[in-house]
Amino acid sequence: MKASITLRVDGEQRSLTLDTRTTLLDALREHLGVTAAKKGCDHGQCGACTVLLDGRRVTTCLSLAVACDGTSVTTAEGLAPGGTLHPLQQAFLEQDALQCGYCTPGQICSALGMLDEAQAGHPSFVTEGLAAPAELSDEEIRERMSGNLCRCGAYVNIVAAIRQAIAERATP
Amino acid sequence: MTPFAYERATDASSAVARVAAHPNAVFLGGGTNLVDHMKLGIAHPQLLVDVTRLPFSKIESLPDGGIRVGAGVRNSDLAADRTVRERYPVLSQALLGGASGQLRNLATTAGNLLQRTRCAYFQDVTVPCNKRTPGSGCSAIDGHNRDHAILGASDQCVAVHPSDMAVALAALDATVVVLGRQGERRISAVDFHRLPGDAAQRDSMLEHGELIVAVELPALPVAAHSVYYKVRDRASYAFALVSVAAALEVRSGRVHDVRIAFGGVAHKPWRARRAEAALRGAPATEEVYGRAADAELADAKVLKHNAFKIPLARNTLRMVLRQLAQGGR
Ligand SMILES: Cc1cc2nc3c(=O)[nH]c(=O)nc-3n(C[C@H](O)[C@H](O)[C@H](O)COP(=O)(O)OP(=O)(O)OC[C@H]3O[C@@H](n4cnc5c(N)ncnc54)[C@H](O)[C@@H]3O)c2cc1C
Ligand code: SF4
Ligand code: FES
Ligand code: FES
Repeated sequence: MKASITLRVDGEQRSLTLDTRTTLLDALREHLGVTAAKKGCDHGQCGACTVLLDGRRVTTCLSLAVACDGTSVTTAEGLAPGGTLHPLQQAFLEQDALQCGYCTPGQICSALGMLDEAQAGHPSFVTEGLAAPAELSDEEIRERMSGNLCRCGAYVNIVAAIRQAIAERATP
Repeated sequence: MTPFAYERATDASSAVARVAAHPNAVFLGGGTNLVDHMKLGIAHPQLLVDVTRLPFSKIESLPDGGIRVGAGVRNSDLAADRTVRERYPVLSQALLGGASGQLRNLATTAGNLLQRTRCAYFQDVTVPCNKRTPGSGCSAIDGHNRDHAILGASDQCVAVHPSDMAVALAALDATVVVLGRQGERRISAVDFHRLPGDAAQRDSMLEHGELIVAVELPALPVAAHSVYYKVRDRASYAFALVSVAAALEVRSGRVHDVRIAFGGVAHKPWRARRAEAALRGAPATEEVYGRAADAELADAKVLKHNAFKIPLARNTLRMVLRQLAQGGR
């Protein structure tokens, strides 16, 4: 069955007609040619497909595109309009936080959403007393990023890149 | 995937009417379990009624001091809620211990309650499974059953319920508020999920077409002193092998009030009434904690690969009670 929807993708209004079975991930990649969101597992388990949906980080492989009608999607590509890298993207390069790079767009979108959550005072499973975390320890970063798997095992440098981005946020 | 029609519900009663009238219709929440099952060929709905834009995404205070959590509240928002963190920390922790940040931003309260077992055979359409295909048999009973139940199982199904949140709700005396064609009814969280018996295909007491509209938590002073402890194969982002949701208040060395539920041990969150009875009024000592755990686990039955769950459940409960008694949460 067909449905017509409108999405705002990386700042651009896009209208499309698709089968109701299409996931948001496939709508982005196969219908709109936005390939920054990657397909790893297609079952919600790896985080490679993470984008910011109306500003919050979400996986896209288990969301139906028709259910996202009217939303705004930011992929890792949309973070670098005109090719100027976002500070977090720059930090990933400087810290060598990738090997093959397949998980990277998802890691970056997830890290951005995660930093906003922390700034809003959201605790994580490892936050002592469920208080608003004063600063993100490595343990906090690892826990909050545990939904993004890296098959190349670049975790150590991913944490370092996120730490760099946090430091840069604090001292503009 | 079977083709399906998609509708966005604008009010709760017409959503109920739509789904109730159509045997192959289902409600759609965040989709993180349902869409997965549709991809795996486990679920084949022909009509999806999306309830995520219904106005039930609020957390409200109740006159009796409790709170009412709308069925559409996302798991991340519920976990971060100030009142929940202060008065029901076990619930925040259970939510934060489940899935990942990006999944919790999608998952709804109702969808979390109704997520189905992660039994690997249930998810594999090529093998027998009574829960998926009634009467076909259970592949887990003589198969890889390390993750499976030690309490309340039947010879039809030995699966465990995967929700962390539901374990906290069972411990907190929560109530699930449900809207059907005949109006609203209330089901206690402890009775909401069922044991497999000879109808393994039924996970809960919900009838077709019934919509979860809210979950209510009572004012429960002991809950301010509560914790969720989850034992799993890796430090994060894994389902529980065994988990404990517990609230404890000790006065003058004796247990004044207590609530306990286990996860990962049964087809439903396992409210540990026998352990609670053994604790209430008794001295808050290691010996009593051990006796309480033994009372609860006395009827446990193990399968070939899951005998470790008995000592794991026993030790986890003792550790959690010790921590709570010492004032940590
Ligand atoms: C990789 C991965 C890891 C996970 N790890 C964990 C974990 O560690 N712990 C844990 O607890 N969970 C875990 N989960 C499961 C996750 O919590 C659930 O998928 C989620 O809570 C389901 O919520 P949803 O809103 O997406 O439900 P949906 O998938 O939309 O729906 C689930 C079911 O609920 C029904 N439904 C939805 N809303 C209503 C309503 N209002 N009334 C009646 N019926 C309704 C649907 O018809 C469907 O049958 C994990 C999931 C994934 C993919
Ligand atoms: S344990 Fe239950 S869900 Fe798993 S194969 Fe047996 S019947 Fe199916
Ligand atoms: S592709 Fe979506 S989580 Fe793996
Ligand atoms: S860099 Fe290769 S998967 Fe992460």
